[in-house]
Amino acid sequence: MGLRLEFQKRTEDHPKWLPAATSIGAVLLAFVISGFILKSVGADPLYIYSYFWTASFGSWGSISDVVVKATPLLLIGLGSALSFKMRLWNIGGEGQFYMGAFFASMVVLLPMVNLQTTPKIVVLGLMMVMGMVGGALFGFIPGVLRAKYNINEVITTLMLNYIAVYWNNYWIFGKYSDAGFQMTKMFPKVAWLPRLADYAKQYKFFSGITLHAGVIFGLIAAVIVWIILNKSRWGYKITLIGDNPKAARYAGLDITKNIILVFMFSGALAGLAGMAEVSGVVHRLQERISTSYGFSGVIVAWLAKLNPVAVIIVSILFGALIVAGREIQPSGVSFLIQGITLFLVISSDVLLKYTLRIERTGKHSKSIEPEAALTEEAK
Amino acid sequence: MNPIEPTTETFAVEMKDITLRFPGVLANDRVNFTLRKGEIHALLGENGAGKSTLMNVLMGLYKPNAGSIFVDGKRVSFNSPRDAIAAGIGMVHQHFMLVPNQTVTENILIGLDEPKFVLNLKKYDQKVKDLANQFGIQIDPTSLIWQLSVGEQQRVEILKILYRGAQILIMDEPTAVLAPQEANELIDTLKGMARQGKSIIFISHKLNEVTAVADRLTILRKGQTTAEGITLGGITRESLASLMVGREIIFNLHKQEQAAGNVVLELNKVSALNNKNLLALRDVDLCLREGEILGIAGVAGNGQSELVEVITGLRECTGHILLEGKNIANKSPQASIAAGLAHIPEDRIGVGSAPNLSLTKNVIMKNYDHEPISSDWRINYTAADLRAKELKEQYKIQAPTIETQARKLSGGNLQKLILARELSSKPRLIVAMQPTRGLDVGAIEGVQELLLEERTQGSAILLVSEDLDELLSLSDRIAVMYEGEIVGTLNQKDADINTIGLMMTGSLRGDSSCSPEEQTTPAQASAEEPTSEQEAVTTFTEPRQFDRSKIVPMHRPFMESKREDKQTDDEGGE
Repeated sequence: MGLRLEFQKRTEDHPKWLPAATSIGAVLLAFVISGFILKSVGADPLYIYSYFWTASFGSWGSISDVVVKATPLLLIGLGSALSFKMRLWNIGGEGQFYMGAFFASMVVLLPMVNLQTTPKIVVLGLMMVMGMVGGALFGFIPGVLRAKYNINEVITTLMLNYIAVYWNNYWIFGKYSDAGFQMTKMFPKVAWLPRLADYAKQYKFFSGITLHAGVIFGLIAAVIVWIILNKSRWGYKITLIGDNPKAARYAGLDITKNIILVFMFSGALAGLAGMAEVSGVVHRLQERISTSYGFSGVIVAWLAKLNPVAVIIVSILFGALIVAGREIQPSGVSFLIQGITLFLVISSDVLLKYTLRIERTGKHSKSIEPEAALTEEAK
Repeated sequence: MNPIEPTTETFAVEMKDITLRFPGVLANDRVNFTLRKGEIHALLGENGAGKSTLMNVLMGLYKPNAGSIFVDGKRVSFNSPRDAIAAGIGMVHQHFMLVPNQTVTENILIGLDEPKFVLNLKKYDQKVKDLANQFGIQIDPTSLIWQLSVGEQQRVEILKILYRGAQILIMDEPTAVLAPQEANELIDTLKGMARQGKSIIFISHKLNEVTAVADRLTILRKGQTTAEGITLGGITRESLASLMVGREIIFNLHKQEQAAGNVVLELNKVSALNNKNLLALRDVDLCLREGEILGIAGVAGNGQSELVEVITGLRECTGHILLEGKNIANKSPQASIAAGLAHIPEDRIGVGSAPNLSLTKNVIMKNYDHEPISSDWRINYTAADLRAKELKEQYKIQAPTIETQARKLSGGNLQKLILARELSSKPRLIVAMQPTRGLDVGAIEGVQELLLEERTQGSAILLVSEDLDELLSLSDRIAVMYEGEIVGTLNQKDADINTIGLMMTGSLRGDSSCSPEEQTTPAQASAEEPTSEQEAVTTFTEPRQFDRSKIVPMHRPFMESKREDKQTDDEGGE
């Protein structure tokens, strides 16, 4: 006698609340499991978690830091969500982010416009466009390879990440190095995204608040992606191709074109994140501007079940993990939680398709009925 | 052949009164089958006749609901193919199960208890070589599978079975994948094996082959045996064909007599390759008029899929395809759709629908970019839902709501959904591939009525079906395909089931003219060049008679549903 777990395929639709419930459940479970791991190395998980909370949401300053960290995650998460919706596994957010940062920086470094005379809004607008162009370019390459030659996009996007990082490094070290350091000279203020701290003179409250305008890009992008997916023709095409490419082709959709477009759009959002980071946070192009935002963005998209509104919430959660991670040694703890969370969230999808049944076993370990064998055969 | 008295003889295999019921389908109905030692016994029948099911019963894949099996005179009951193999029965499937990156010998040794740990390949290479020589099979045991031709791979499958000591070999349509010369070699090999005492069951639907290879044959039709272990002497191909395809028309369809109108679709010397880069369509000429149903008959895999694909813009081809005067060959599916094409695909789930999306999203698949469903860039989902509701009502699609995912629908309802989408677009040409396969009787009637209604409305319909009854009751004309060619086109009223059967099996070539009516008028241009639309119309004056006396109402069990699933999977895998 014993107990046996049996998964049974759901015959009816799962309840509407279930996806949200399993996601939240997975996050909570991730904290519990991480707690056991922390405990096993001699730490006090409850203390760590409460420290996490104060470090990230304890003050206006830290909340602002959380949102600043959440901004690139939000943009990359949205781009990833869009491409995942079409079952394109664009995990090149990191490289697209770097290329966006690079292209945007070129506006200042070349310079493309006269930085003394051009109005700030024009400089920033140009930087945004260039950032998106850079990201879109690094989406275009895997997009074309996938659409025309059916080359696996996971491999190409992953490899392009390294290319983008080292491409950046080359220019930072080789051409635009600031006195031999691995960073360029600081950008002039005209190329800085407005921050709340800039208004500290008028409103004392804002002093030291580093929140910059990039978050507005993120929120607007979330709305746009939501509209694309839920209201537009293009979103319908993306969903149709994602669900059944053969049916999409049969219905007369141009799959090649749409693969490339989705890749470019996804890349452009990551590129915009890169622009926001150099223009809003570091104010120069430098090494390691990303703490693997590109990969965390993938996790964010999955955790949000590819829902743009949920991406906002999840990216803030992940921003908090990053901010808190800075305060804690070793800093890997937040990556630990991230990793376990992703693992559990993806696993929890099983519950959407199957119900779990616990069964006593032992007495009659009967052989498979012919009828059951038949249905198996037919499948 | 061997004139041994059946009463005293111990058969290699004897299957008595095998009955196998799938949910809702009687796949084998009291089937008897005997295999003598050292003979090649052909199992003949159409797709879905129950041949493979019967053999799967023998292999232990299915347990029969009734009946008994004897191997070498001993009653057996197999629970799995493993038991069947232990009893000396082996089967070569149509789709080979080989590991491409391993050698012939390695593939043969897979899954065996010996060698246990150390693999002395050289020793086993020799063993395989000896075995191959014994049966006159040409193969290099050290070559890798992916380097071999299909025919050679088949030899590996045969060797695999022989190596396991099989005395009884089941060959499931072995020549379907072979070039003619390879097929001849295979037949020689099989004959040699039979001379050395192996007993072989040869599943086929090609009469030519069967007469060349078999000592005796058993014919199945719709789950029942129509001939049991007959010898070939004195039997004409005609009678074989009629035993195989039968003659029943079950539905009293309200088919109005009507004259066909202008030419809607015209194919001129269309050739195309299949997925394996073999020529699958050879110089096909066709024409199809308003208000006319042209049936395409043929055994599956003789170019019907490719024909449909070139017309619907899904496959490249040579030659011209004119739809309403516009050339749509080698354009895109969009071009075909825009020219007025509706397509009811064979694979409802894999091609015809997006299984995880709602009814609404499935219904708008082809008009999502038209008013009122969408304007400019956005889709008006309120209008789309309204449309879905209307169609759900009109076509009586049984589904809880329009939010229901397409995959939750039954086969018949999913087909209704596809028909609703396709037919509501007021198409000029409807290409329907196996539109009733796998559906239950009621759903079949509904689908057929819908097609006839479209015919009345003046659409041109190309109906591809393997169900001859369906073709005979729906079509105005029937074109028969064999090995990528139209081997003949018959008028419905002259269509003779035996003739069609012979044409389908490649035993008879008919008149492959585009429109038989034209020939009655000597003034007409050669039928191979149906370019003169105007003249063609004028000849269409005499309405055809629908011969009611030929309608024999009778119940027909449906056995296709089970097999269909498997076939769809197979196709998906390619």
